Amino acid sequence: MLKLASLPSGELARRLRGPGLRLRTGPLVFCIRSRVPEVIDGLAALYGAHEVEQPGGFADFHVSINRALGLRRWWRPKLFFGIDGDSPFAPLPGNQGLPMLEWGLNWCITANCHQYLILHAAVLERHGRALVMPAPSGSGKSTLCAALLFRGWRLLSDELAIIEPATGRLVPLPRAVSLKNASIEVIQRFAGDAVRFGSIVHDTIKGRVGHFPAPVDAVHRADERPFPGWIVFPRFEIGVPATLEPLSRGHALMRLIENAFNYNVHRLAGFEALTHLVQASACRTFHYSDLDSAITLFEQMAHDATPATTM
Amino acid sequence: MYTKTSEQRRDWACWALQHVELLPGLSAPQWELVISQARRADVLARLAARLQTSGQLDSVLAAPRSHLRAAMTLWRAQQDDVRAEAAQIAAVLRDSGCRVVLLKGAAYVAGDLPAAQGRLFSDIDILVPRAALRQVESNLMLAGWMGTHLDDYDQRYYREWMHELPPMQHLRRGTTLDVHHNILPITVRQPPDAALLIANAHRLPAYGDGLWTLAPCDMLLHSMTHLFHNDDLSHALRDVSDMDLLLRHFSTDPNFWPELMQRARLLHLQRPLAFGVWAASEFLGTPVPDEVRLAVDRAEVGWSAAIMRWLWRRVLRTPHVDAALPGASVAQFVLYLRAHWLRMPPMLLIRHLTIKAWKRIFAKSESPSTGQPA
Repeated sequence: MLKLASLPSGELARRLRGPGLRLRTGPLVFCIRSRVPEVIDGLAALYGAHEVEQPGGFADFHVSINRALGLRRWWRPKLFFGIDGDSPFAPLPGNQGLPMLEWGLNWCITANCHQYLILHAAVLERHGRALVMPAPSGSGKSTLCAALLFRGWRLLSDELAIIEPATGRLVPLPRAVSLKNASIEVIQRFAGDAVRFGSIVHDTIKGRVGHFPAPVDAVHRADERPFPGWIVFPRFEIGVPATLEPLSRGHALMRLIENAFNYNVHRLAGFEALTHLVQASACRTFHYSDLDSAITLFEQMAHDATPATTM
Repeated sequence: MYTKTSEQRRDWACWALQHVELLPGLSAPQWELVISQARRADVLARLAARLQTSGQLDSVLAAPRSHLRAAMTLWRAQQDDVRAEAAQIAAVLRDSGCRVVLLKGAAYVAGDLPAAQGRLFSDIDILVPRAALRQVESNLMLAGWMGTHLDDYDQRYYREWMHELPPMQHLRRGTTLDVHHNILPITVRQPPDAALLIANAHRLPAYGDGLWTLAPCDMLLHSMTHLFHNDDLSHALRDVSDMDLLLRHFSTDPNFWPELMQRARLLHLQRPLAFGVWAASEFLGTPVPDEVRLAVDRAEVGWSAAIMRWLWRRVLRTPHVDAALPGASVAQFVLYLRAHWLRMPPMLLIRHLTIKAWKRIFAKSESPSTGQPA
């Protein structure tokens, strides 16, 4: 097993510019090509602990981030995301290579990996059980996820809950964690020296975006697929005290469906998988403004509430 | 400079469609190329469905198999959706007093044809008599399908010159429906007589009196005509595969080939027929009787036919950069212009392209693209 950080100097860039860097994250291998310096440096800064596969195996997706050719190479350069030799999205400004790569990898998974049921949610693990936090962007889900992983919770993913429909287990997809705007400083204050952000990218469609690497432990334990324990719908609101409130399983199910990417593709099996998920989990809504009191409540929840029966 | 190996440059999707029985023997790196190219050519679900039918899906390596299964899951869901949608359309148009003919993918599914195997969809197409268009449109609107392309020029483009209404979208389900009154624009030099197609249609028993499909020969001629005249060739290999499966299926009837040639003459579709027969046998090895091949070769001779075949060979392949032949982007551009040239008389075409270009520049300055994957 070869770690990205242990590639000889220059080898990372050579692979990215040439045959592709075969980066493993959870069950998937991405063959990534790019000549863009921000992407090369970003991968070095954020994915050092990840495994790199040698050619001769199987890569699930061929992706690339590259500059437009011609005059646009110099004049207000634009970047294209490529998949399977196609560029399905409008280009982005030249400094946004890394966020574009992260969005692109997520798109590959949500648009194609229908062997799994996929939700828009952060997922962490504590005491062998998974915490699933489904929420649309802007609800404070990523900030809360980042805070929890600096307090002993294992990161599975900050964006995608990947469920094996047959077993109900959650599949880890450890990748760099992305934070936006004020959340970047909030987590810098919260985690202190423990967090090392890569370069911050300004003026994206989502504002200022910063990434920090997934904890080494989360990357190493990517094969451990926990059963669900808790479903929490988080919401950040200025000035409110941290409160966890019970949510009926029926309501939880409806809200999971709203946050699912491919629920309709799975038909009855999708309904059954989500029904099992809510039955196996304690379901809560959560309002918070302060991270420390949030962590206290979550620790308490993880200790007291024995999750409901397993499936 | 990194150069690709000859293995990487092969058209794997096309090869895989022809050699499904050899797929379980592929190595992991070979599968990587097959999955990537087949996904790009929109035939991944078709490969999966055919492996499933022949009982070989389980002997495929685990990593590529999970992609094949994922594509199958998507295909099954789309098949359910298409059947449900077809039943809705049949119910809504039952009292419109005309035959409603399903076209293309939806027809393959509703008719349980081999071309339904692994066929993915983006919309549903129906054909109705031109005289019934108003009635059909208003019935659909009352049931929740709304017109798209609402600006004046687009409306005029579709309603005066095209063979279909502007695409309709269902308000709640989000499904797209194209309502056609012919299989080619009214502005082509010799449009086929749509009444002949509708008169010859076959009833789909599963939908009562509600839905029909084109007769086998007409279905193939439509498939060939559609590809021959299309400006968007991104699904070209999948379309050739549809033709291949339909030809193999229908030609078990000994009268099929003579009838196909006769029907093509009657509908002025000999050139699309010659093209389709050539493309299917060239790319997917579809068996074609000698007399048909001779007739096709006789119709397509000289340097213009040679140039056309040079162009098509570059565009009907898997649209993956790895598999591209030299000159592919030029070929694509030339065939794009050709599709427009066939569609409209020259003056109308110049006007149309100018307005399209103007609208594109204007729209860009108004709303900058977001570029963010959903």
